[in-house]
Amino acid sequence: MAEHEVAVHAHHPPTGFIKKYIFSVDHKVIGIQYYFLAIFSVIIGLVMSVLMRLQLGWPGHQFGFLKSIFPIGAADGTISPELYLSLVTMHGTIMVFFVLTTAPQGGFGNYFLPIQIGAADMAFPVLNMLSFWTTFVALLVMIGAIFVESGVVGPIGGWTGYAPLSALGEASGQKGQTYGVVLWIISIAIFCIASLLGALNFITTMLNMRAKGMSLMRLPLSCWGWFTTAVLALLSFPVLLAGGVLLLLDHLAGTSFFIPANLFVNDKLITEHAGGSPIMWQHLFWFFGHPEVYIAILPGMGATSHILATFARKPIFGYRAMVYAIFAIGLLGFFVWGHHMFISGMDPRTGMMFSLVTLTIGVPSAIKTFNWLGTLWGARIRFTTAMLFSIGFVSLFVSGGVTGMFLGQTSLDLQLHDTYFVVGHFHMIMGVAAIFGMFAGTYYWFPKMFGRMMGEGIGKVHFWLTFIGVNAIFIPMHIMGIAGAPRRYAFHWNEVTGEGFEFLKGIVPVTKFVSYAAFFTAAVQILFFANLVWSMYKGKKASVNPWEATSLEWTVPSPPPHDNFGGHEPVVHHGPYEYSVPGAKTDFIMQTDPAIAETGG
Amino acid sequence: MVEVGAHATAEPLVGASDWDGGALPYRVGHKKLGMWLFIMSDSLTFGALLIAYSYARISSVAWPRPFPFFPSIVFSSVMTLCLLSSSLTMVMAVSAAKKRDKKRARKWIFATMFFGAAFVILHMIEWGHLIGDGLMAFELPEEWLKIWPGASPLFGATFFGITGLHMFHVFSGLCYLGIIALFIKRFDDEDVEISGLYWHFVDLVWMFVFPLIYLLSIKPS
Repeated sequence: MAEHEVAVHAHHPPTGFIKKYIFSVDHKVIGIQYYFLAIFSVIIGLVMSVLMRLQLGWPGHQFGFLKSIFPIGAADGTISPELYLSLVTMHGTIMVFFVLTTAPQGGFGNYFLPIQIGAADMAFPVLNMLSFWTTFVALLVMIGAIFVESGVVGPIGGWTGYAPLSALGEASGQKGQTYGVVLWIISIAIFCIASLLGALNFITTMLNMRAKGMSLMRLPLSCWGWFTTAVLALLSFPVLLAGGVLLLLDHLAGTSFFIPANLFVNDKLITEHAGGSPIMWQHLFWFFGHPEVYIAILPGMGATSHILATFARKPIFGYRAMVYAIFAIGLLGFFVWGHHMFISGMDPRTGMMFSLVTLTIGVPSAIKTFNWLGTLWGARIRFTTAMLFSIGFVSLFVSGGVTGMFLGQTSLDLQLHDTYFVVGHFHMIMGVAAIFGMFAGTYYWFPKMFGRMMGEGIGKVHFWLTFIGVNAIFIPMHIMGIAGAPRRYAFHWNEVTGEGFEFLKGIVPVTKFVSYAAFFTAAVQILFFANLVWSMYKGKKASVNPWEATSLEWTVPSPPPHDNFGGHEPVVHHGPYEYSVPGAKTDFIMQTDPAIAETGG
Repeated sequence: MVEVGAHATAEPLVGASDWDGGALPYRVGHKKLGMWLFIMSDSLTFGALLIAYSYARISSVAWPRPFPFFPSIVFSSVMTLCLLSSSLTMVMAVSAAKKRDKKRARKWIFATMFFGAAFVILHMIEWGHLIGDGLMAFELPEEWLKIWPGASPLFGATFFGITGLHMFHVFSGLCYLGIIALFIKRFDDEDVEISGLYWHFVDLVWMFVFPLIYLLSIKPS
């Protein structure tokens, strides 16, 4: 037998500290680097959201500590509108780019895609390293945008960077729109390049480096999630890059791609610019922006499918349908960007087209949801923390998805677009559901990544409190939106000064409730971080396959050696979800197990 | 083909087709597949810019058409001819590399670089002329505004933006080919072919830029 085995890569483990942990080309180290970059970013984003909720719940109240953090932006102890808007922008930008895009794909994808397909590393290890460090530079530049202007923590135009505000610079007369927005655009452009490098690496790896017997229909669904995400990133980020370059030219070189003639801003007629179209920015942005939503959620769908099958001890219901549904969601995601622009003055017939395609996405989404439920149906479920978070993912996906059906219709969107209904909707599906996917992935894969188990008891408490907390935050937001509460406002009704919208006086208690729920949910996350750090050093030692799962990552030691499979290529004999097979000795059959005859994909 | 390790097992049915793992399904190596993916991605960057240009042009009141047949169009046609010739010489380079004739491959790559460099130099001269006429990224020359009143200043922005990005790609390609040619002993025929893929892609982009930017803006006689 030995003469048939060929060493796969001349991949010697590095020895020095820098090569091993800093500029490492090992996909596992890079995965962990991405993961911690996302953890660092999520803490910044979370603190920003707490500050925003403080302002929204108690506008006009003076808080002494705010004065010491923001001596200019909150000079009298209350957050100024500009500071509030810059918090909105940076919260959105950091969360979307550096958390939702990096952790599920760059973190877990990097770590587990090569192992799950039976490869020793990614196809381009050096490119992988460059991709991480480019992302790191993008984050540094973005953090630079926080500090570069006084009184604000970055640009004030939102994570969508809508023109003409983002293109005007000083002429807009707004804080955060000069150096802040320049650094913001540069950071996003660098991030685009990092994503491109990562995406082509993922696609090449999954197509070219599958181990013998790992046919496409034997891939774990998590791999399909990462693969489709990589395709979306490959095709959407370059368009944002093009838009970003044009925006930067508008800002720095005096061009007018996104600035129309006769613009009257800040009590001044803008004469230096003419001929551009702000709507063009929206098209370029949302052509990227909508696939980006799926870039955030698809890895979560993949991980959830994988984890549900593991702990339901059943094959995933409708494997092929799951794969085709992921593809369908990815494909349709490229033809719906216009539904973010229904109120841009778009021709109603165009809106109708976008609306129809948008609602069509409900079909593959429903296929996935029912298949998840079918997997759970009649199962002997093992309620681990990872499983709870996966079920939570399905729940949030449904509650966030159903409101998508509302917003996908032009007539309803015109009414709801600039209200808290949209805030509730996208936080539910793209924010919290995707975060639940990450939590599920963390609790599930932590033993493999760090060789120790995470605390299950504290994990379950974390799940229940978080699940209750996020619903308490975002469900009332839908009601506020229907009541007419506009988003992006620093306050709706200021009890102290009696300013604001009279008709929204009634929702003040709801606003306060949402803020309390947000503080509660943010505080609960301390449990998670404590669990994470504690388990890393003190957790119970993990065995090779603690969950009795079937895929390839559970055939190698925890954590895996440098080249994953100890110099040999595994051979795959089964699909990834061979649980409770009648006649088998155990209730799971490893993908690499040759002893039992072929049971079909 | 990269041979991967095979365990001796009793099951011949695994790995029956190229798609069943343990093989390269498109029968191309990682680098070539990676280059194709990069090309797909980069073509969307150019696609976005050209669509943005078309959008701006269609939605403008007036758009200048400043290129007379002589010298502008003749000049840019010569530039186009340079790029087309460079594609031909690149094909010859790849063909020589396939025949393991690295010396000839290197000569053909140098020929490709010659035509590529000629394109960049001619393009710079042309930019110089237009800038001399008063065309800037943010404003049109005075005379043009007399001929096309209310013409969009986006002409300069799109012209310099798109041709500039393309020129940057040609320049990067020159550096890339230079590295391949100088260290050709270290590269195999597939590396030459991959550099050729990039080069042909840059040429192909020009085949969209040329009609959209130049031919649609021929000065009415």
